Amino acid sequence: MAGATFPRGGVHPAEHKELTEHLAIEEMPPPQQVVIPVSMHFGAPAKPVVKKKQEVQEGDVIATVEKALGATIHSSVTGVVKTIESRPHPTMVRCDAIVIDRDPSAPPRVYEPQDWRKTTAEQLLAKVKDAGIVGLGGAGFPTHVKLSPPPSAKVDTLVLNGAECEPYLTTDHRIMLEHPQKVVEGTKVLLKILGIKKAVIGIELNKADAINAMTKAAKEASGQDEFTVAVQGMTVKYPQGSEKQLIYSLTQRSVPGGGLPFDVGVIVQNISTTLAIFEAATLNKPLYEKVATFSGRAIKRPANLKVKVGTVLSDVAAYLGGTTNDLTKIVSGGPMMGFAVSNLDVPITKTSSGVLFLSSSETDTGTYGPCIHCGWCLEACPMGLQPKEVAIYVEAGKGHQTEKFGVFECFECGCCAYVCPAKRPLVQFARLAKIQVKKHG
Amino acid sequence: MSPHIRLGRTTAGIMWTVIATLMPVLLLSIYVFGFRSLIITLVSVISCVVVEAISQKALGRPVSVTDGSAVLTGILMAFVIPPGVPYWLPLIGAVAAIFINKELMGGLGFNVWNPALVGRALLTASFPVYMTAAWIPPIDWSQSPLGVYLGGGVDAVSTATPLYVLRHYGLAALLEKFGDLSVIYKNFAIGLRPGCIGETSSLLLLAGGVFLMIRGIITWHIPVSTIATVAVLSWIFGGETWFTGNPLVHVLSGGLMLGAFYMCTDYVTSPTLKSGQIVFGMGVGLLTVLIRLKGGYPEGVCYAILLMNCLTPALDEWFKPKRFAPPKPAPVAAVK
Repeated sequence: MAGATFPRGGVHPAEHKELTEHLAIEEMPPPQQVVIPVSMHFGAPAKPVVKKKQEVQEGDVIATVEKALGATIHSSVTGVVKTIESRPHPTMVRCDAIVIDRDPSAPPRVYEPQDWRKTTAEQLLAKVKDAGIVGLGGAGFPTHVKLSPPPSAKVDTLVLNGAECEPYLTTDHRIMLEHPQKVVEGTKVLLKILGIKKAVIGIELNKADAINAMTKAAKEASGQDEFTVAVQGMTVKYPQGSEKQLIYSLTQRSVPGGGLPFDVGVIVQNISTTLAIFEAATLNKPLYEKVATFSGRAIKRPANLKVKVGTVLSDVAAYLGGTTNDLTKIVSGGPMMGFAVSNLDVPITKTSSGVLFLSSSETDTGTYGPCIHCGWCLEACPMGLQPKEVAIYVEAGKGHQTEKFGVFECFECGCCAYVCPAKRPLVQFARLAKIQVKKHG
Repeated sequence: MSPHIRLGRTTAGIMWTVIATLMPVLLLSIYVFGFRSLIITLVSVISCVVVEAISQKALGRPVSVTDGSAVLTGILMAFVIPPGVPYWLPLIGAVAAIFINKELMGGLGFNVWNPALVGRALLTASFPVYMTAAWIPPIDWSQSPLGVYLGGGVDAVSTATPLYVLRHYGLAALLEKFGDLSVIYKNFAIGLRPGCIGETSSLLLLAGGVFLMIRGIITWHIPVSTIATVAVLSWIFGGETWFTGNPLVHVLSGGLMLGAFYMCTDYVTSPTLKSGQIVFGMGVGLLTVLIRLKGGYPEGVCYAILLMNCLTPALDEWFKPKRFAPPKPAPVAAVK
């Protein structure tokens, strides 16, 4: 099967998925204590609605965003609020967090199944909002907002992102393999909310078993209703799962710079998000558990774990047998776009798709040299930008003049820096350029 | 800092790979012209490395001679110098190539002109006698005394390059001096002809170029457009009447193969985009033939490349990557 793909750029990093792709999702026992940051989404931080020493049940609302863009946050365990204070955060360095001591005697909360088909689209959307669901691919954009496009947008297609193009990560792969019916049902919930009929799930061809499982589940679920769910194999190429590239691969539509997917009639959702939507619609279960890949050659036992939001990395590392002496870097997310974290006190958040414990042979921590104009970054850039020029402008103190290179279309996929023989930090230069253009007005 | 994984290729790796592909050329040159080739190349390499280290120290930059770029410049500069020159000559070229052309312009990546060719151009302007007359015929192993092989008696055996003969006396004289066309093709392909130290072996240079293409270090765009342009133009204009020139003699002579595969493809001084590279190669080919047929020098590759280097920033400005989906231009009404 020839895969669908995007028109230009992209790279083929070593996948390293063999470390975890054959390991079934395993439920990690809840930790003694969870640290739940009030900011795990795009938008304003949530305001805590609990106080110190207050008892909370698993699934209770503990922080909300009233007016601004944001998402509700729930307790992932039953226990007592120990404190609310600034704690380490995977992407924001530090952030206020609600620390809850778990009551070891409390049984896990049980949710009653319901038939989502008997509820209206509006009620389903409210459930998504109440469940605190955000885009789980990494950006954490509140899902209920994404599912309410302006009336002027003529959305006709739902795209499901099963590309999982980042090396190492295998969470969406395992979810599609182990819960294909849930993903298909979640897709239909999404279609009902959006009031459209057609969804397409894009999966990279390196996940043949997931393609088979999803195709079978989609086939079995067809004909029951007006919704059609198609599965499309895609070429294995990073960044196949990037929103604009994915939309092009699956629909041949180009989202123009500064535009959003609904401008070309498409809404994109992530596989993990769809599973969370399924659970919200059929169980009323809020989002406080997360499947994440823990991999890399510096963790004793790589695994795909279902963990409570707020579990700190030291608890996960201990559960997986600890780290090796060769641990060089800890990365929250994938190795191409993830963030390095400085210690193991960082909690798992809603948007953690994985945590990598990289050994010295897996990651590059050397210095960088001058640009030799080999042009490989221009070939690699999926947006057709000129990373080398942006970097040279920033180095020369002219970062504010880089808008002509389309720097705001850069979504920091890292293809340019990945191929750079001088090991230049081109993504960081692009970030500086964006800041300097904005500052300059 | 993301990305946390990187491709294995490095600047130094690229430079040392290119250097490795030039070693067979150097060995053949020692066989053809004697140990003079090796000595001049060594002087050139050491001069370039020392000048780079001193320049970087003086300019307060980190010393980066291990990245191989100065070594490569040294080898390439020696390769475009006649084998009969005095041994100290490359030292002067190194100052021009490395200190003036590279370090004073900002170091690696910021030079406008190919460093090795700047060195050669300065030497040609300053020492025209050495640079245009110090040619040595290939050593005949069965006839030559060991002294010749070790580098003595240069004046006694100085000769003329094929392009010089072709330019001033015509194809008939070339055939008389170097043998039938079939002999010329064979000897010129192997490298058994007078010429600069590293330019004579078309086959080894071609093999090195192909290897670099397979490794993804260079692409076909510049070498093919350069060589094809020289071949077509020398066929059209290179003879007594139109369309009677001999393209193969032109392609196998002078420094075209070395220039096309190793000088034109210098990342820093050539356009970045494939489309710009093809125009660049065609420009080099055109200027080379123009200088060879109409200019004052019998050979034009060096100046052709240096002139096209001047156009590289413009070509990079004219040829830009195609954007995936740029912002839609604002409607005219909105602009007003």
